[in-house]
Amino acid sequence: MSNETVVAARHRGVSFSRVLAITVNTLTELTRLKVFYVLLVFALLLIGSSIFMAQFTFQQEFQILKDISLGAMSIFTSLLAIIATARLIPQDIEDRTVYTILAKPVPRFEYLLGKIGGVLLLLAISTVVMSAAFLAVLYIREQSVLHMTLRQMSSAPREQVDDTLRAVRSSGLNLDLFPGIIIIYLKACLLAALTLFVSTFATTNIFTIVVMAFIYFIGHLQATAREYWLQEHSSGWITHVFLAIVALLFPDLQAFNLVDDIVAGTAISLGVFLKTAILGAFYTTIYTLLAVFVFYGKEL
Amino acid sequence: MRLLLVLVTLIVIGAIKLPVERDLAVIHRQEHFRGVEFNLDLREKLGQLGFIAALSGFRAIVADGLFIQAHVAWERTEWSRVLLLFRHVTTLQPRSILFWDMAAWHMAWNASVAAMNDRAQPRLALRVKAQREYFALGKDFLERGIKNNPDRPQLYEALARLYKEKYKDHERASEFFAKSAALPGAPRYEKRFSAYELSYCEGREREAYERLRQIYDEGEKERLPTLITRLKFLENKLGIPQDQRIPDRAP
Repeated sequence: MSNETVVAARHRGVSFSRVLAITVNTLTELTRLKVFYVLLVFALLLIGSSIFMAQFTFQQEFQILKDISLGAMSIFTSLLAIIATARLIPQDIEDRTVYTILAKPVPRFEYLLGKIGGVLLLLAISTVVMSAAFLAVLYIREQSVLHMTLRQMSSAPREQVDDTLRAVRSSGLNLDLFPGIIIIYLKACLLAALTLFVSTFATTNIFTIVVMAFIYFIGHLQATAREYWLQEHSSGWITHVFLAIVALLFPDLQAFNLVDDIVAGTAISLGVFLKTAILGAFYTTIYTLLAVFVFYGKEL
Repeated sequence: MRLLLVLVTLIVIGAIKLPVERDLAVIHRQEHFRGVEFNLDLREKLGQLGFIAALSGFRAIVADGLFIQAHVAWERTEWSRVLLLFRHVTTLQPRSILFWDMAAWHMAWNASVAAMNDRAQPRLALRVKAQREYFALGKDFLERGIKNNPDRPQLYEALARLYKEKYKDHERASEFFAKSAALPGAPRYEKRFSAYELSYCEGREREAYERLRQIYDEGEKERLPTLITRLKFLENKLGIPQDQRIPDRAP
C-alpha cells in the first residue's frame, strides 16, 4: 500500500477526534465572546426578584420565582442558541478560518458537526449553571419559609403543622421542574440547529438572526395554523395553502413550552416528556443534516 | 437545485411530523398543558405587547407581571382594575390555582367589604347590592377555576368557604367540601367540614349525624371539640337514645 493510500484511508469516514477538536475550538471561541455574561444577568434577575417578592405569600413568591427563572432561562438559552450559531459560519468565512480547516482532510459535515457540537455544549453549560443558581435560590427560600413556619406554628397541633409544611414543600422545589428544564434545553438545541441550517445559505449573520426571529414567532403560532388548516374548510384556497406551508415547514415551538403549566402545578408525565424530547432531538438532527446538505453545495 | 431539494425534503418531513405534532398536542391538552387559546379575544384583552410576549412562550411571565399589577391595584383599593387584571391573569394561566383563589378572595372578601363600607354611597340598599355583586364575581372566578382544574381540591374548598361564610348556604358548602374531600391530595379535614356544614341544614340532620358519627368512630384522633359539639347537638335534636350517644367528655 502506497503512502498516499494510507493517508487517504486514515482520513476516510468519521473522525470523532476531529469533530471534538472543532467542538472544543468553537466552545473556546464562544467563551471568548463573553457570552457567559448572560449568566450574570440571570443571577442578578434571580436576586432582584427574590428581594422584590418579600411582600408576597410563600406560594406567590415561589410561583413568581419559578416563572421568572424558567422564563429567563428560556429567553437566554434561545437567544444564545440563535446569536451564537448565526455568527459561526459567516465569521469563519470572514476570518478565512473555514478555508484553513477545509483545506485539511476535514469533511464539511465534520466541520458542521463540530460547530453545532460547540454551541450545544455551550447551551448545556449555560443551562446547567442557570438551573443550579435557580434551584439553589429556590431551595434556600424554601428552607427559610419552612423554618419560619415551624417557629410560627410551634404551639399548633401536629396535623396542622404537617399540612402546612406539606403545602410549603409542594409549592417549592419539586421534581417536575427537571423535565421542564430539559425541554428548555432541547428547544434551544432545535433553535441552534435551525439557525445553523439558515446560516448555510445566508450571506450575513444579521440576515440569519432576522429570519430566526420570524421563525421563532411563526413556530409559536404553528400549532394554531395547523389546527386551522386541518379543521377549517370555509377559508379560501390561498389561506389554505399559506396555512399548509406554515404547518409543514415550521417546527411547533409551543410543544416545548411546558414549564408554564409545570409551574402552575401540572405534573408532566413520562410519556409527554419522552415524546417532546424525541421531537426535539428529531428536529435538531434533521436541521443539522439539512445544513450539512446545503453546506456541501456552498461555494467557498 | 439543492435548495429546491431541501424545500421538498422539508415538506416531506413536515408531512411526516404533522401527525406526530398533532398527536402530541392532543396529549398535551388531555394532560392539561396548552390550556390557552391564542385568539383575537385574548389579543384584545392583553394588548399588543402582552399578546406577543404570551405568544412567544412567555405566558407565565406576562401573567406574573399582571398579577403584580393587580397586587398594586389592590393596595390602592382600585377594585375594577383588580377585577380586570385578574381576568387577564386567569385567562393566561388557567392551571394556576393560586390565581383563581386570589382573584376570588379579592372579590368576595376584600372588594365586598369595601363596598359595604363605602362612605361615598349613603344608601344601604345599594351598598348591599354592590356587596352581592362582588360575592358573585368571586363565585364566578372559583367556578371557572374549577372548570379548568376539575382534578384539584383547593378551589372546591375555596368555593365551599365562600358559600359558608358569604352566602350562609350550608348545603352548598357541604356539597363542595365533600367534592374536595373526594379528590386525591385533599386534606383530611374536608370530610369533617362537609359533615359540619350538613349539620346546619334543616331536614338533613339525620344524614349529618350519621356522617359525623362515622368520623367519630374512626378513632380518638378525629374526636375534635367541634365534632363532639355538633354530634351532641344532633343527638339532642334527633332524640338519639342514651345508650347510643357518645360519652360526655371528662371534665
